[in-house]
Amino acid sequence: MGILITGLLLGGTYGLIAMGLNLQYGMSRIMNLANGEMLVAGGFAAFWFWTAGNVSPLLTIFLLAPVAFFVNWLIYVVILRPLVKRAKSRGQLEVDAILTTFGLSFVAVGLMLATFGGDYFSYQYLLKPVELLYDTYSLNRLVAFLAAVVICGALYLWLNHSRAGMSIRAIAVAPDSARLVGINVPRLSALAFALGGAVTAVGGALISTFLTLDASTGVIFTLKALIIVIMGGVGDVRGTIVAALMLGILETFVARVIDPGLTLAAAYLLFILILLFRPQGLFGRKQT
Amino acid sequence: MNKSTYSDVLIGVVLLALAACLPWVVGDFAVTLAVNIAMFTVLATSWALFSGPTHYISLATAAFFGLGTYTAGIGLDYLPFWVLIPLAGVFGAVMAGLIGLATLRLSGVYFVIFTLGLAEMTRQVITYIQNATGQKGILISIWFMETTFYWMLVGLAAVIFLVGWLIGRSRLGFALRIIGDDEEVARHSGINTALSKVLLFMIPGAVAAMTGAMMAPRYGYIEPLIAFTPMLSFQVVIMALLGGTGRLWGPIVGVIPFSILWELISASFPNQTTLLLGLCFLAIVYLLPNGFVGLLLKIRARVSQGEGF
Repeated sequence: MGILITGLLLGGTYGLIAMGLNLQYGMSRIMNLANGEMLVAGGFAAFWFWTAGNVSPLLTIFLLAPVAFFVNWLIYVVILRPLVKRAKSRGQLEVDAILTTFGLSFVAVGLMLATFGGDYFSYQYLLKPVELLYDTYSLNRLVAFLAAVVICGALYLWLNHSRAGMSIRAIAVAPDSARLVGINVPRLSALAFALGGAVTAVGGALISTFLTLDASTGVIFTLKALIIVIMGGVGDVRGTIVAALMLGILETFVARVIDPGLTLAAAYLLFILILLFRPQGLFGRKQT
Repeated sequence: MNKSTYSDVLIGVVLLALAACLPWVVGDFAVTLAVNIAMFTVLATSWALFSGPTHYISLATAAFFGLGTYTAGIGLDYLPFWVLIPLAGVFGAVMAGLIGLATLRLSGVYFVIFTLGLAEMTRQVITYIQNATGQKGILISIWFMETTFYWMLVGLAAVIFLVGWLIGRSRLGFALRIIGDDEEVARHSGINTALSKVLLFMIPGAVAAMTGAMMAPRYGYIEPLIAFTPMLSFQVVIMALLGGTGRLWGPIVGVIPFSILWELISASFPNQTTLLLGLCFLAIVYLLPNGFVGLLLKIRARVSQGEGF
């Protein structure tokens, strides 16, 4: 029971991060391998505000989200749009995007190493026990989970019930046809990418309240987010959330029962099963 | 085949023979650098054999390399070193085959993601096994001169160039060129695309594992952090792309300048290597999308068209 709840709490935050990646990969078609670095940067921001000014991470995210949105919008427009224009096919864009975002991720890691050093960083925020169904959990995990649920919920509603959200989903399903019905694809792609980045950074700030991060952990989170997105089905919000919760529970189980050093191996196990049996994602339909 | 391919082979043989004579000409430091260059030549050329025609970016080099290092490290207690190198190659090929079967049926993205974390995952598993059995690292009991490593690697490079040349002339090579141009067309003309890709992926897998086994005595002491350095995969990718994957000799054109540059960079800015590696990636995508080879071919085409500069 303890494992289940801890896993769910962790999975909620993973869901938020994977949502960010899903907006970037599913909607704006950029496989962003620098996603994890955005997460770590968000975590750094929360850490810095907390230690320097005693600002609660929950307040920091209101400042962080617009800044990350702007930075990611800039990245898309300046760096990635030329690639989108240059690419002759989806495959070409994918290869270019992968290499570019690798470059970006290394640059980001390098910059963070230069400014913050290579140390692990963690801070104590809301480290109080909470009683929940006969077990105790630390309050920061619960708060991070609730914040993630609120943000995920808001995103879900926005994507499903607003005009912009619907247009973005249209791009995800059929980028070529979306143009024909008057959707401004370049503008909305940039918007989806920027929004994805903002969501990821916020996720990073939330995760930093209970996990220890360092400048080079980004790639692990990128990988987990990617596995979640693939498992849930690219562009599928509902699948992403279910997959994130599953990964959270499995990881917690492996960490508790076998060894805490094996969490990535657990994620890989899930990944292999998905690749072998449901490559189109949990709720995805088989493509012809 | 026409005469020019055979003259290419002759040029290749002469160059390799010259490369093999290098240790008699230069000093110790240069030989150490030459070992690195030879190692990355082997890794990048075999990488490009797969990734060049298929456009699939493999980041599994470090995982195969570590597998080979561990094969040598554990196997030395039971078998002679010379048997362990081909054995590591077999292990690498099998592992590559399994990875290929799981991922290469699907689109390239799955493959990239899978290989991205492979070294890290393997490292976790080995660390776990070591912790569980109470073992720490492995001490390697044999030792070679730097020149021995160099000659082993040059020998392996010769084999790879030969294999690459033979593949280029075989049905498999032809099939792969079609897959690279248009997978749909390839499938419709009766090519088993997944199988071709899996078979080809076994080559870099085997080669990287063999290289890892060869290099094991150079480390002396192996532990997961040394054997599985994810950076290795990225270095190989960047060198191969810098040179260009369109030709068999492409990667080596990138390996030589990059290895020397890297040596200088890591000596003078040891803390900024990650940042610089990132900038190299960006520079390649924006400035040299087809590597030096692409640049060279473009210049040649322009000259022969008579446009001049």
